[in-house]
Amino acid sequence: MSSPPAGTTIAPATSRKRFDPREVRGRFPLLTATRERPLVYLDSAATSQKPESVLAAMDDYYRRYNANIHRGIYAIAEEATAAYEDARARLARFVGAPPREVIFTRNSTEAINLVAYAWGRSVLKRGDAVVLTVMEHHSNLVPWHILAAERGIELRFIPMTDGGELELEALPGLLADGRVRLVGVVHISNVLGTVNPVEEIARQAHAAGALVLVDASQSVPHMPVDVKALGCDFLALTGHKMLGPTGIGALWARRELLEAMPPFLGGGEMIREVKLEGSKWNELPWKFEAGTMPIAEAVGLRAAVAFCVELGMDAIFEHDRSLATYALERLREVPDLRILGPPAEKRGGVVAFELGDIHPHDVATVLDHHGIAVRAGHHCAMPLHDRLGVPASARASFHCYSVPEDVDALVEGLHHARKVFG
Amino acid sequence: MGEWDELYRENILDHYKHPRNRGVLEHPDITYEDANPLCGDELRIDIEVKDGKIAQIRHSGHGCSISQAAASMLCERMEGRPLEEVKALTREDVLEMLGIELGPVRLKCALLALKTLKAGAYGITQWPGEEETA
Repeated sequence: MSSPPAGTTIAPATSRKRFDPREVRGRFPLLTATRERPLVYLDSAATSQKPESVLAAMDDYYRRYNANIHRGIYAIAEEATAAYEDARARLARFVGAPPREVIFTRNSTEAINLVAYAWGRSVLKRGDAVVLTVMEHHSNLVPWHILAAERGIELRFIPMTDGGELELEALPGLLADGRVRLVGVVHISNVLGTVNPVEEIARQAHAAGALVLVDASQSVPHMPVDVKALGCDFLALTGHKMLGPTGIGALWARRELLEAMPPFLGGGEMIREVKLEGSKWNELPWKFEAGTMPIAEAVGLRAAVAFCVELGMDAIFEHDRSLATYALERLREVPDLRILGPPAEKRGGVVAFELGDIHPHDVATVLDHHGIAVRAGHHCAMPLHDRLGVPASARASFHCYSVPEDVDALVEGLHHARKVFG
Repeated sequence: MGEWDELYRENILDHYKHPRNRGVLEHPDITYEDANPLCGDELRIDIEVKDGKIAQIRHSGHGCSISQAAASMLCERMEGRPLEEVKALTREDVLEMLGIELGPVRLKCALLALKTLKAGAYGITQWPGEEETA
């Protein structure tokens, strides 16, 4: 690149790749497919669409080097093993972690369950407490409910304001008695889009002697995430929301924790030595990967990570936020529409709303008849909806391929829904 | 508005906005409540039985237009009919009354009323259409 003319401001080195969402969109077969009615896909928080490169990578694996990993002594097995481990290495780099500390799982839910079963059952005892938040997805509530019932541990919750932000003022009180062993928090709310101050929560939790688990299902796919910068101890992520396939996710945890934890599932690959009476565990990360893992999915996830890196996570976050900003602005034109959650500058690319007294399922059904795909229901966050006093909501969410025209179509569809129900 | 919108308005929204047989009975012979946790639809059906017939039937609760309209249509159809006829009602009957095509999620909304009615009348607690496999 030639040097800029004298007098121009030079952007800092870390900044600002940008991408053209229309060009990006062209790389997603599902979004460019010819169909009777154009698809307006606004449900990326549930699952993202997949680029051609991800589909091709998985197809290539099955067509050209499908073999089981780690033990085959032949060329395609070695190629498959190398691809699987390279997927781990790239994912690890993507979140600022050493590969040895990244365990492949089916999804975030399984990653959180791994922590609850392996760490929770070996460490927590009656009288200990776990702090969660009111805005957690069920995946970061139910594993702890199960453990609480089994072990007699106490669950405490960081409350939330009417505007959908965590009430951090309550945290010191929740941590005060020194019984809290873990604080679990969702990085970005899947309903409200709120970006939570995980760094500050981690700082306070550590000062009180508690570990920190971050549910990064909605953050890793949409913003730069570095486990060290967050200061957490466990981080759960899922592949299918970050342009990758379903069936693969990961748990990152600090090495000492993983070393100390007993295995989660028992089976092949996770052992070093098996006798009839017992077995010795394999080393990290394989100690936690029992049975044949989703190899094609790992290969697909590797391509998804490459795609995200190419666009730049800063750029994706900025793109999502600008769409959220535009959506909040345009949705104000729709009478009787109530937005849930914080202002745009505090959220990612997620906008949940209510439309008068029309049930969210009815809203979604009318929108569907205009080719607009939104989510309606409790979005696996019933306590959050209880807190806001609404039984359910409709939700639009974005990714790198979303364009302002998607928001325009949504607004038009909502006007139409009001007419149908008017 | 398109054909689908018109159908929706004429059939479902008419019953949703002007529900027939809405309310509760003071001394019901049968009363049963059920919910569809996926959507938060809640429904209660009260029945007064006289000489083996549904003398009075009322529905109450809240939820989406499809769940509420289906309850209204079903009550309207069954008032005065022999209680025995409830047994023979199928999910196809409900879908025919609603008159629109529904995906699997909304199907549960549509069938909540029939499920509640059958559970109240006969203790059949499975979703209509899934009795054999359940």
